[in-house]
Amino acid sequence: MTTFKMDTYLNEEKMPYPFCPGCGHHTILDSLNEALVKLQLDPQEVVIVTDIGCTGLSDKYFVTNAFHGLHGRSVTYATGIKMARPELTVIVLIGDGGCGIGGHHLLNAARRNIGVNVFVFNNFNYGMTGGEHSITSPLDSVTTTTRYGHIERPLDLCATADISGANFVARASSFDKDLPDIVAKVIQHEGFSLLDIWELCTAYYVPNNRFGRKDIEATLESLNLEKGVLKADDRPEFSHLYRERVAGGEGEKKVTPPTKLKPRYENSLGRQKSFLIAGAAGTKIGSAGTLFSQGGILAGLHATQRNDYPVTIKTRHSIAEVILSREEIYFTGVEKPDVMFVLFPEGLNKSRDRIARLTEDDLLVINANLPKVETKAKTWALDFKPIRRWGRKKEYWALMAIAAYLREYGTYPLDALIEAINLKPQYAKDNLAAVEASVELG
Amino acid sequence: MPEFIDGNEAIARGAIDAGCDFFAGYPITPATSILLHLARELPKTGGIVLQGEDEIASMGFCIGAAMSGKRVMTATSGPGISLYSENIGFAIMGEVPMVIVDVQRMGPSTGAATTGAQGDIQFLRWGTSGGYPVIVLAPTTVEECYTLTLRAFDLSERFRVPVFLATDKETSLTKTMANIPPQDAPQVRERATAPAGEDFVPYRLENLSQVPAMSPFGGPHTLRFTTSSHDEEAYLTKDEQAIDRLNRHLAAKIEEHVEEISHVKADLQKGAETLLVSYGITARAMVEAGNRARKAGKRVSMLTVYSLWPIPGKAIRQAMDGVKRVVVAELNLGQYRREIQSLASDRQEVIGVHRVDGKLISPSQILKEGGLA
Ligand SMILES: Cc1ncc(C[n+]2csc(CCOP(=O)(O)OP(=O)(O)O)c2C)c(N)n1
Ligand code: SF4
Ligand SMILES: [Mg+2]
Repeated sequence: MTTFKMDTYLNEEKMPYPFCPGCGHHTILDSLNEALVKLQLDPQEVVIVTDIGCTGLSDKYFVTNAFHGLHGRSVTYATGIKMARPELTVIVLIGDGGCGIGGHHLLNAARRNIGVNVFVFNNFNYGMTGGEHSITSPLDSVTTTTRYGHIERPLDLCATADISGANFVARASSFDKDLPDIVAKVIQHEGFSLLDIWELCTAYYVPNNRFGRKDIEATLESLNLEKGVLKADDRPEFSHLYRERVAGGEGEKKVTPPTKLKPRYENSLGRQKSFLIAGAAGTKIGSAGTLFSQGGILAGLHATQRNDYPVTIKTRHSIAEVILSREEIYFTGVEKPDVMFVLFPEGLNKSRDRIARLTEDDLLVINANLPKVETKAKTWALDFKPIRRWGRKKEYWALMAIAAYLREYGTYPLDALIEAINLKPQYAKDNLAAVEASVELG
Repeated sequence: MPEFIDGNEAIARGAIDAGCDFFAGYPITPATSILLHLARELPKTGGIVLQGEDEIASMGFCIGAAMSGKRVMTATSGPGISLYSENIGFAIMGEVPMVIVDVQRMGPSTGAATTGAQGDIQFLRWGTSGGYPVIVLAPTTVEECYTLTLRAFDLSERFRVPVFLATDKETSLTKTMANIPPQDAPQVRERATAPAGEDFVPYRLENLSQVPAMSPFGGPHTLRFTTSSHDEEAYLTKDEQAIDRLNRHLAAKIEEHVEEISHVKADLQKGAETLLVSYGITARAMVEAGNRARKAGKRVSMLTVYSLWPIPGKAIRQAMDGVKRVVVAELNLGQYRREIQSLASDRQEVIGVHRVDGKLISPSQILKEGGLA
């Protein structure tokens, strides 16, 4: 380990600061420097992430690492850095403007309790863009966008951070003598910390409101807000918790192995064929289509499968389109199916247009209890109802219909389908029994 | 050995095999299953997966992590790319290696979540302020979802730029027989990092098209990184020369390496009067259409474009050489056709085959509208 003694963390080559005379940003940065000197952190282990605005110019003046990001998003970059390198001290310098546009990130960083230290340069307006109002502008204040007095309520940043789950919350004014101490405390505390520092924008807020140092204290008092440490909790810090609970270090566990399909069965498919399985939500249409396709691959075929169902997945239709072919399948759309399995009313309704397109060469395998449909295709009606134990288990009918089809019309041997079923042992027992019972479909 | 998986799974596995160790995203159909797969699998390899509070945060996490040494990816669809926009600009400006998957769905706006489209092709190229180049790759099959994910990571390291993988609902969610990893799976290079013990100037360049080496936060150097126009030390600057140099560099590092990035598949036939051009899912219908036309005794050439941006102009011109008619098929109203048009000679007719009702363009539509029926 390198030993060092830092007398200052300021980059003397870049000094002085660029802020207007009397701007509170001066004192806040001086206090941050004093706190860093007090803590003697390795500058290479400190990242100062700045937001936008006059506040966002600050990182240039420090010899630590620096990250200057987009308006309001500084907390998200800080989160990414801390997640990647939990050992680093990550400091966010953000204005009240940044807290407004990026409020969502502030809430969620506090809620996660990610270990970043947020210092809010709270001057009640947007300095850099010309003194517009911000989420902390007090009632009745005059800003360049509230010429008639501000009628929106200011947001209490500390209360917001607190209720969102921040570990450490404090409020200060840039005039406080003990500001460096409180800054140091913020940095030292684990987890998400926020220090709301009230200060003056001498270019806009001060002249527009004849506002001064004393008015900071008066405003605090009128709003019943206190300074000092408001909360110091010890919830576990997020990047460490993540390593403990979710990602346990380098490659400790193996990723789930893929399901490999070794072709070892014959097939009797002629030209490419497309199949449409039309059912209802919750009737395992997609799984049946996948087993049918996997069986095809085990029999040396190419296969594709597209599923169609509403976004509210437990409602209405569920349709699977499967294509089997001896050659590579380029176009995965189905212009007209060769074989349709129509099993439930929802699927029937959704696929009527395609039934209408079937020709004499095609096959419609249909649940015998569905209403009669007009079609040119050859029709094969299957009655599931009378089959003992399976007549009410609708979620197996698609698989049963496919098994019956393979028996009756071929394509590939039932053994290939059975092998596909056995790839998922947790469901195999019932699926195999359903295939067996499908003999009774005729 | 074959498997039966969809494009999103192939992308997620490609990412893991590429050494991706940080992913952040926000759920959106039809990209969600990439997030789900990685949330389950990546932590097992020590990687980190975060669901951001929105797309803006997800991009922010990725940029922060990438600059701290991680190999990062995010995945979304059109509405999410809209929210990524400002951070895409940041990643271009700061030269952040990252992979962004856009599983395209029907737009504009929320559009149709479960309906495929190829409507983001110009948006991905021009979707952030400034207009500086990015790289966009478009797979046509499940296997290519895997290989082009690897390639995307490799190019992002090579050029320090966001690389988009532009897929679509159909390519991403249609299960297909695929061999993963295929034999031609590309290698992903290691990140070029500045040696410890030597001075490190984050954006020092010998020439404009050079790509500077990186050094992560928490690494051997002190790092500065900024969204603002900067000098080579990454200090915000107003110096006209420095800004000019930076901006020309951001363009030159891509534009002077088009040949290195260029990736097409040309299946050309001597004496063909028609060239079919397509990309992504529609390229599959195009190949089918071309094969059918050839079976019917017609001469026709085919070009599948994998690297949509930067435009592989040389390869496209070569394929167009000598044909009378160029047919561009895509699931939008002509976004890539206009690029092809700009490469055509006065005597060449450029025909668009389009569809924006959510259905796929079929081989028959291409044959009919392309004058090959
Ligand atoms: C997305 C975006 N919108 C708007 C701006 C313009 N802008 C620059 S600074 C700023 C306000 C900054 O105010 P604050 O965060 O309070 O910082 P201060 O200047 O007061 O220190 C705005 C709106 C921007 N840079 N980015
Ligand atoms: S405009 Fe306001 S915030 Fe900006 S430097 Fe001047 S006084 Fe400070
Ligand atoms: Mg401000």
